[in-house]
Amino acid sequence: MDETGERPVDRRGFIKGSAVGAAAFAAPGKMMTDRTDEAEVHAADAHEHDHGHDHGHDHDHDHQDVPSDIALRVRALESVLIEKEMVDPAALDEIVDNFENRIGPQNGARVVARAWVDPGFRDRLLADGTSAIGELDYLGGQGEHMKVVANTDSVHNLIVCTLCSCYPWPTLGLPPVWYKSSAYRARAVIEPREVLREFGLDLPEDVEVRVWDSTADIRYLVLPQRPAGTADMTEEQLAELVTRDSMVGVARVASPSSGGGR
Amino acid sequence: MTTAQPPVSAERLAVLPPLPRDEEGPVFDEPWQAQAFALAVKLSEQGHFAWTAWAKALAEELAAAEARGEPDDGSHYYHHWVSALERLVVERGLSDAAALEERKEAWADAYRHTPHGQPVELARRE
Repeated sequence: MDETGERPVDRRGFIKGSAVGAAAFAAPGKMMTDRTDEAEVHAADAHEHDHGHDHGHDHDHDHQDVPSDIALRVRALESVLIEKEMVDPAALDEIVDNFENRIGPQNGARVVARAWVDPGFRDRLLADGTSAIGELDYLGGQGEHMKVVANTDSVHNLIVCTLCSCYPWPTLGLPPVWYKSSAYRARAVIEPREVLREFGLDLPEDVEVRVWDSTADIRYLVLPQRPAGTADMTEEQLAELVTRDSMVGVARVASPSSGGGR
Repeated sequence: MTTAQPPVSAERLAVLPPLPRDEEGPVFDEPWQAQAFALAVKLSEQGHFAWTAWAKALAEELAAAEARGEPDDGSHYYHHWVSALERLVVERGLSDAAALEERKEAWADAYRHTPHGQPVELARRE
């Protein structure tokens, strides 16, 4: 089934809502907009012989809407594992909270800005990404082994994970939808120039494109080129210019005079 | 340079779909995605499976979906994530398929029998 047409729910609401046993999925109209869901619920209700409901009007039911099948599968996994004390619900909430609120491309942007203003840091970053990023304390799960690759006038780097979705979480957060798509995973290595063109980056033929295939063991981060017109900017101001896409390699960092990145 | 070529046939190459694009949207679209994400991370952190084993299981789910003719635009990614999680949980003996199915039905039943406005809870299990 496809929930993607629905409005994303409020981020903060998620964290609270993920508490086990809470009626997190019962927002009226939320889970019942999918036709497949309705069909499933009707089929399930048909087994409830003591129910006197009008099955044509789900929202008038005096009980709660049943979540989608996939949500129930996750709920089942979670409650079984918590019951067996294999996971701690508070620890689960903390992981989600971290990714929703604290870990994201702003971390990678600070690494890039530091490299732009501090040549010594830049050298260390390119020689041993893991230890240099560790200086800024942005290591952690799925970022234990980092390799940073620098764009130059003659080389442009692009990051992909052809097999799944390996991505440097501590510096970039979780990957965007397109990074996880079949199309990007296949095409980034087959026709990287065309992929970059679709992202609005038309590279001259004399610029070499290097594609880096991430794995569970090593993650890459692109060090984009510092744009023109930024000589007077502070490290903090520079970090504001650096976008997620530029650190994956599907964009350049725009000069502030040209409107900046998004 | 690239260390692995994806399994792509010439026919598929000719019909490669356009890239989905996004602005920097929410990390998770639905609460269950966040829950499934956190479960996989935590179970791995606690040593129930190595992250390489996780990446392999997820890659297999993604490849299986493509083999079924369902190349993903990324929007069903967490569906595959949940399938990989269920498979590893069963493979590593943390639970079994029947118990998960039974628990899922118990939750569905709890929702069907809980009045609006009350927290949905499982009945005490005997």
